[in-house]
Amino acid sequence: MIEYWNPQIERMPVEELKEIQGEKLCNLVKYVYEHSPFYRKRFDDAGIRPEDIKSLDDVTKLPFTYKKDLRDTYPTGMFCVPNNKLVRFHVSSGTTGKPTVVGYTDNDIKAWTTSLARAMTSIGVGRDDIMQIGYGYGLFTGGLGMHYGAEETGCTVLPASSGNTDRQIELMQDLGTTVIGCTPSYFLFMIEAAKSAGVSFQDDTDLRVGVFGAEPWSEEMRKRIEESAGIKAYDIFGTSELSGPLFTECREQKGIHIWADQFLVEVIDPDTGEPVPNGERGELVITTLVKEALPLIRYRIGDITVLNWDECECGRTHPRIMRVLGRADDMLIVRGINVFPGQVESVLMKIPEVGEHFMIIVDRINELDIMKVQIEMTDVAFSDKVNDIINLEKKVASALKGVLNIAVKVELVEHGSLPRSMGKAKKVIDNRKL
Amino acid sequence: MIKQISLFAENKPGRLASVSDKFKGAGINIRAFTIAEAGDFGIIRMVVDDPDLAHKVLHDSGFTVSETNVLGVEMEDVPGQLGMIAEVLGEKDINIDYAYAFVTRTEKAFLIVRVNDIRGAVKVLDDAKIKLLDMSDVQNI
Repeated sequence: MIEYWNPQIERMPVEELKEIQGEKLCNLVKYVYEHSPFYRKRFDDAGIRPEDIKSLDDVTKLPFTYKKDLRDTYPTGMFCVPNNKLVRFHVSSGTTGKPTVVGYTDNDIKAWTTSLARAMTSIGVGRDDIMQIGYGYGLFTGGLGMHYGAEETGCTVLPASSGNTDRQIELMQDLGTTVIGCTPSYFLFMIEAAKSAGVSFQDDTDLRVGVFGAEPWSEEMRKRIEESAGIKAYDIFGTSELSGPLFTECREQKGIHIWADQFLVEVIDPDTGEPVPNGERGELVITTLVKEALPLIRYRIGDITVLNWDECECGRTHPRIMRVLGRADDMLIVRGINVFPGQVESVLMKIPEVGEHFMIIVDRINELDIMKVQIEMTDVAFSDKVNDIINLEKKVASALKGVLNIAVKVELVEHGSLPRSMGKAKKVIDNRKL
Repeated sequence: MIKQISLFAENKPGRLASVSDKFKGAGINIRAFTIAEAGDFGIIRMVVDDPDLAHKVLHDSGFTVSETNVLGVEMEDVPGQLGMIAEVLGEKDINIDYAYAFVTRTEKAFLIVRVNDIRGAVKVLDDAKIKLLDMSDVQNI
């Protein structure tokens, strides 16, 4: 097993990394100004000329781009290359609005693949592994992205895609899968399905690592997954606009390494747009330094996170972002208070009686927001005495109130009655007409 | 001592029918039955002729279900019997968590009771010469 995919780059001193970032940024600004009418207009409107950007520090002079820009220019209005340079499209599902289209040149695919090969190496996945990819293959970036990255490391790939769960569990045993990649929701679904088929991941499979992402999941959920399946669970991060899944935690599980030679990360105060100091919470902004088809300049992903440039115990010098609790898109405002579904998950998973599935339901009754959290009854929590159950509801409600600062009604529902997902799980029903 | 089947059910149409349907399929006969209702959910409590099978059938169908040890107390079907039993337990500081009763085709009535101290209750009732049911009695009702 190798320690680093590209030790020279991954362990490069920070000063040198920043120098490279500065050079790439200056070139990028010239490139998009020449090749994209969208960026040319955006820069002209902001009174920025490419020659104004002379170093890394000048990045703050550049205007932000937003998801809305991709939608407004649907399908390919922000692209910097003609069709004959593209080798692939991916299209987002458009769950929160109009879909967005991402195009890739040959080099874009190679850079994406390299990013994932470094990431997988950093969690000790490589040539000796068999990786079952349970992310959807197709327009979604998860399946194909992971596929290319895993093959690059020499992993044997089982392109299972999502769904067909019983077969997945059978193949996992027959072929000796050691690594699974899928959404955390789908893995929970697999755990349940395996259990009812009498299969234990711990005893009956060679599974040792899970790479979970495409939706936020909490540290507490990680503990539960690791314990119940007997694996190490790593977070993978990315978004289709940036190519797809790109970065993971390393074996330290202390943040996600963002490859600084490919991407420039900033964390800003969402209200002022100014950068926050190293180690403070803010909104994630990413500039793609090497993408050709659809470069993004200061793209406001909307994730709330913390940036950390301190050298990691794994020896990599590239900065880390804290695991993302939620996207700004997922944030609810209930009675004026910001609530991330990830916070709710994190509270619930600390309570042993509470199962893995939950649903947040928000209503507005008589001008007042009412937040309800449904959790499933479990064998551990069940009592034949009504009071015990009411006390459990109260205990969960009070734990939620302690963290969220709003009153929450907790409702126990029957086991298996909340929706299971083979992809990204829907965890919020907002019935308010805002 | 007898085994009671307790089951968590959301308070919505069709849940009871679903339980009953599973029992019908497995040939399980309900001897006594009650629902404790608490707003959004209820706990269905039952004494059946084959509790282990009932537990398996319901559990396999995805219900959250448990088996609880309760007391089945035989009473004469005449006024004052229930009060007498409650008094015997109360005197020894044994608390009744919940109870439900049913009458049979004979002159007998049965009280199903869950107490906070089941061993203590068995002793107290034995001393008072009150007959307790076991599972074979339940099957013969």
